[in-house]
Amino acid sequence: MGRLSVDLCGITLDNPVIPASGTFGYGYEFAEIYDINVLGTFSFKGTTKDPRFGNPTPRIAECNAGMINAVGLQNPGVEKVISEELPKLKKCFNKKVMANVSGFAVEDYAYTCEKLDKEEQVGWLEVNVSCPNVHGGGMSFGTNPDAAAEVTAAVKKVTTKPVIIKLSPNVTDIVSIAKACEDAGADGISLINTLLGMRIDLKTKKPVIANKMGGFSGSAIFPVAVRMVYQVANAVNIPVVGMGGVSNAEDVIELMLAGATAVEVGAANLIDPCVCRDIINDLPSVMDKYGINNLSEIIGGAK
Amino acid sequence: MKQSIFKIIENTQLTSTVFKMKLSGDVSEITSPGQFVNIKLEGLYLRRPISVCDCENGVLTLIYKVVGKGTEQMAKMTAGEELDVLTGLGNGYNTALSGDKPVLLGGGVGVPPLYMLAKKLIAEGKKVSVVLGFNTKDEIFCEEDFKALGADVSVATADGSYGVKGFVTDALKDIDYTYFYTCGPEPMLKALYKVTATSGQFSFEERMGCGFGACMGCSCKTITGYKRICKDGPVLEKEEILWED
Repeated sequence: MGRLSVDLCGITLDNPVIPASGTFGYGYEFAEIYDINVLGTFSFKGTTKDPRFGNPTPRIAECNAGMINAVGLQNPGVEKVISEELPKLKKCFNKKVMANVSGFAVEDYAYTCEKLDKEEQVGWLEVNVSCPNVHGGGMSFGTNPDAAAEVTAAVKKVTTKPVIIKLSPNVTDIVSIAKACEDAGADGISLINTLLGMRIDLKTKKPVIANKMGGFSGSAIFPVAVRMVYQVANAVNIPVVGMGGVSNAEDVIELMLAGATAVEVGAANLIDPCVCRDIINDLPSVMDKYGINNLSEIIGGAK
Repeated sequence: MKQSIFKIIENTQLTSTVFKMKLSGDVSEITSPGQFVNIKLEGLYLRRPISVCDCENGVLTLIYKVVGKGTEQMAKMTAGEELDVLTGLGNGYNTALSGDKPVLLGGGVGVPPLYMLAKKLIAEGKKVSVVLGFNTKDEIFCEEDFKALGADVSVATADGSYGVKGFVTDALKDIDYTYFYTCGPEPMLKALYKVTATSGQFSFEERMGCGFGACMGCSCKTITGYKRICKDGPVLEKEEILWED
């Protein structure tokens, strides 16, 4: 075990840096500019039972220190992800990958997870009960402890792989939802998904995004992520994967001190495609600066 | 795709709102006309996509219109300053389909990418006609540059202050062509889709997140399936276009 390595639900990661779902495709766009095998792992584009085009455009708006997206879970559907995307992914990435799954009904989640469970390269299932951009689905499961628990239990029945439930920050009590998932058998919790946001164009006097609202991400949301990771990590006994506005090695260390076992990097990949590689390269010297020998020792260190 | 630092050689004003920036740097990933670059600017979260006007001997030329915070910042930059640029983005125009007499139609700030295209088509021995559309005489740029390449240039102005009065579609009526290439505002693209007699290629614009195919922020529906404007476009062939409304 190197000084950057961590254990995530029984699988050793060379380092805790994980590109977040929806900002890294299936990896091969990024493999054009750096060897993505340096990553701990990555979470691939959110996958649903059926193919989806997603929302109309414009889907993107800029904010101070961040952006809003309303892509709406565009993906080719689980069958095509398995037959077309995973073989391409395998050519550029030789580690276990995190499969991100979304759905519109409990049965959808179970269906998709059961299919992905059979894929050897899938190490973890990250179950997204927190997409803010899809009406009647996604986030509605993650804003209610009972619904989140129901999805968790249904997925656990169809897989032996570790199940990580990805939670929404758009809730009153994140701790009760995280605990409900833990009680239902979740092996880990990841958070935070995007914050629901909106921009209005002063010239047209209309919402910038066709879907009107979307998920706010980027460095502006980092303090919210630190707070929620801290709250959840102190309330559950399963690993927490932290994310939300992470853009450098210092942010990774801060989220780990808050209680994250591993850290996902989202929007920053879209601006600086090599940011995850750079963070991994920077971590040893930043650890030296703050007197940290091994990253695994600092998890939850801030009390 | 490549991420690298470019140094500004010059940044000159062409009209009241349009500027031309020349930069030196690694242009090895820029392989065809119609591609774009994505520029990181101080204090702005998202990069700004700008079409490539020309690229030769390590010099990248961009012509851009000041429309917001990003381009305002670019307009104030001077020689010697540096920019973080992603290059080699987008598919670009395919010159193999042009026939021997292609026509290039550009509207306003859609004109710049056609310059490198005209250069390539002329180098391939084709007889190139160019139609440039602007609102008014004061907004015209690049007319002389296309003439210097040896293209047959006509200009249309909406107010009739220069050239043909009307739109590029009016100027197109007198031109004999085998194929067309276009870039410009969507109403112009739609009008050309209706009046053109041959096949052709259209360059589209959309709000982008990343510019290199990762975020799915700029997807569109086409006859041949879903495409990302940034990665599978920005150039689409006439036969695959599905207009949304």
